[in-house]
Amino acid sequence: MASPATASRSRSVRLSASLARRPRLRLGLLLGPPALWLIVVYLGSLFALLVQSFFRLDEFTGVVERTFTLDTWKRFLSNPANWVTTFRTVAMAAAVTIAAAILAFPLAYLIARYTRGRSKAWLVLAVILPLWSSYLVRVYAWKTILANEGVINWFLTKLNLTALLEGVLATPVVGGPSLSASYLGQFVVFVYIWLPYMILPIVTALEKIPRSLMEASADLGAKGPMTFRKVIWPLAIPGVVAGSIFTFALTLGDYIIPQIIGNSSPFIGLAIYAYQGVAGDLPQAAAFSFVPMVIMAIYLAFARRTGAFENL
Amino acid sequence: MNKRRFATLSVMAVLAAACTSGGGETEGPLTEVGDGEGALSIVAWAGYIERGETPGYPEYDWVTGFEDETGCKVSVKVAGTSDEMVSLMTEGGGQYDLVTASGDASLRLIKGGTVQEVNIDLIPSYGTVDDRLKDAPWHTVDGKHYGTPYVWGANVLLYNTEVFTEAPTSWSVIFEEQTLGDGQSNAGRIEAYDGAIAIADGALYLKAKDPSLGIDDPYALTADQFAAVKTLLQGQRELAFRYWHDTTIHMDDITNEGVVASSSWPFQVNLLQAAGEPIASVFPSEGVTAWADTTMLHSQSQHPNCAYKWMEHSLDPKVQGDVAAWFGAVPSVPAACTGNELLTDTGCATNGFDSFDKIAFWKTPQADCFGMGGECVPYSQWVSTYTAILGGQ
Repeated sequence: MASPATASRSRSVRLSASLARRPRLRLGLLLGPPALWLIVVYLGSLFALLVQSFFRLDEFTGVVERTFTLDTWKRFLSNPANWVTTFRTVAMAAAVTIAAAILAFPLAYLIARYTRGRSKAWLVLAVILPLWSSYLVRVYAWKTILANEGVINWFLTKLNLTALLEGVLATPVVGGPSLSASYLGQFVVFVYIWLPYMILPIVTALEKIPRSLMEASADLGAKGPMTFRKVIWPLAIPGVVAGSIFTFALTLGDYIIPQIIGNSSPFIGLAIYAYQGVAGDLPQAAAFSFVPMVIMAIYLAFARRTGAFENL
Repeated sequence: MNKRRFATLSVMAVLAAACTSGGGETEGPLTEVGDGEGALSIVAWAGYIERGETPGYPEYDWVTGFEDETGCKVSVKVAGTSDEMVSLMTEGGGQYDLVTASGDASLRLIKGGTVQEVNIDLIPSYGTVDDRLKDAPWHTVDGKHYGTPYVWGANVLLYNTEVFTEAPTSWSVIFEEQTLGDGQSNAGRIEAYDGAIAIADGALYLKAKDPSLGIDDPYALTADQFAAVKTLLQGQRELAFRYWHDTTIHMDDITNEGVVASSSWPFQVNLLQAAGEPIASVFPSEGVTAWADTTMLHSQSQHPNCAYKWMEHSLDPKVQGDVAAWFGAVPSVPAACTGNELLTDTGCATNGFDSFDKIAFWKTPQADCFGMGGECVPYSQWVSTYTAILGGQ
């Protein structure tokens, strides 16, 4: 006599038996949903974006005409303002990445080589702690810090060093009427916000270097700087490149910081936002969205050759 | 399935999905208002449709009474920019019934067929609307009305009373370099609005300063006039501390960064004065630009009866006065200017009621110059030009 319980058990036994005989079906069931997610949601939305860029905006009604045209791309590529915006953003991203690497390396070295156990945990915690609070709050806080009547100015006034700040602000291009309305201030905030993303991959890379390599280097007569140049730095490069992927890509796509800090000069993210949100010109916005993607594709192709993806 | 065929199929799927949305037909306006459908959804500016839920201000409520009376349950979708409003309405497919569209959005909605003609005979209070607004060009096209005026307000010149011992009389303080009352240049101490519609501020200034350009309507600019305004604004770029669109940052720049003059809204002026800052505002001699909002009805609205009831309700003097007080705006119904507790009897004058002839209301620039003949620079070009100017070009 078969009770319902044994019936359902025998069904599940049969099911697992048949799955065991079909490894491909098993794999399909396991990977199907995430693969579907990747293809439909992720690539699908990118694809929809690409399709949008081949539509055009009717300038009269402000309605997007959904017929295939190259108009949008022509208009986009022939507008010098778009190129300048791209250059500005890439230059900022590059500067931020280099500065973040220079700041992060010594700190990562300290964490990877000179601390262990609890002290290491505390240091790592200190690095990622800012990420626990809202990004917006931190950027607004920086506006207050950098303001003409803000903390930095107050401090310099107490030290009678306002001339120094005035000199810095008088510098062409990077200066401005206030730290918070200059490229310099923008740069400082970008570096602050993205620094943790540079430190952590470098720590990972440095931890992987076996101590024996450094001992061998010393045994062969290399001093500190030589060991650094010939052993540590080449092995740490993938970590630095992995970190730079984050800082570069994040700066390239950010549209909040340039809104709050800086002199309102458009960055790629801001320009896309203006095209989409302000002009209602979705096709232009879609076309512009491909610029950072192309830049990142080139950058990643270069990064892959350094083996950076093993340290992500 | 090979890869290429899969790719082709997905292209077609995406295209098909993209093509099915959008497009609406108009069957002509309602001929009578029946019973409410029980629901009404409105796309509105923040603070436009209040039900007394802001802590400390329960008296600002013009929704609850309407719901009790008509049975139309109101839901609000807040939009941050005119363009967000346009895309919500065009892409929403009749999901939203009404929108409080500013003049830089309303014509786009009308031309795009997104909103429908409104039969003003079904709105008894339309007769009480300010005569100056009854047939305004941003909601009335070819004699057809596409909505009811809500409230309006001006873009004023804000200034610091410690630096300007006398109120400035011209917009030149934010357009051209000059020495201010404290002996220092205005460079790095002024701000302007971060939106392409601000080009009209420059056009309005040039209209008075350089009559040889022949600017009549600051929203209908020929290529030459547009180029002149662009040059002016490129000069302004050198002077501007920043361009504002976030009112919080704007006020912070005035409080903490030493910005002493800017185009601004009465809303910020009121807040800064309330915080004790030495701030005042004027309507300069060249006139001012202003926004005027219209309650418009979606062409595929599912709740037209409730919508007509709301449009009637929105013209009630009490509602008009309360909205104006809350937002620092001017009512579209003059009767609201007297006897409203929240607005007070001086509120209308403070917000610009008597300066109507100095005002050029926002409207979306159109390639056909609003049918006045000639060829004008369209709005999308205003946007790309403004982005370029901000980028220092």
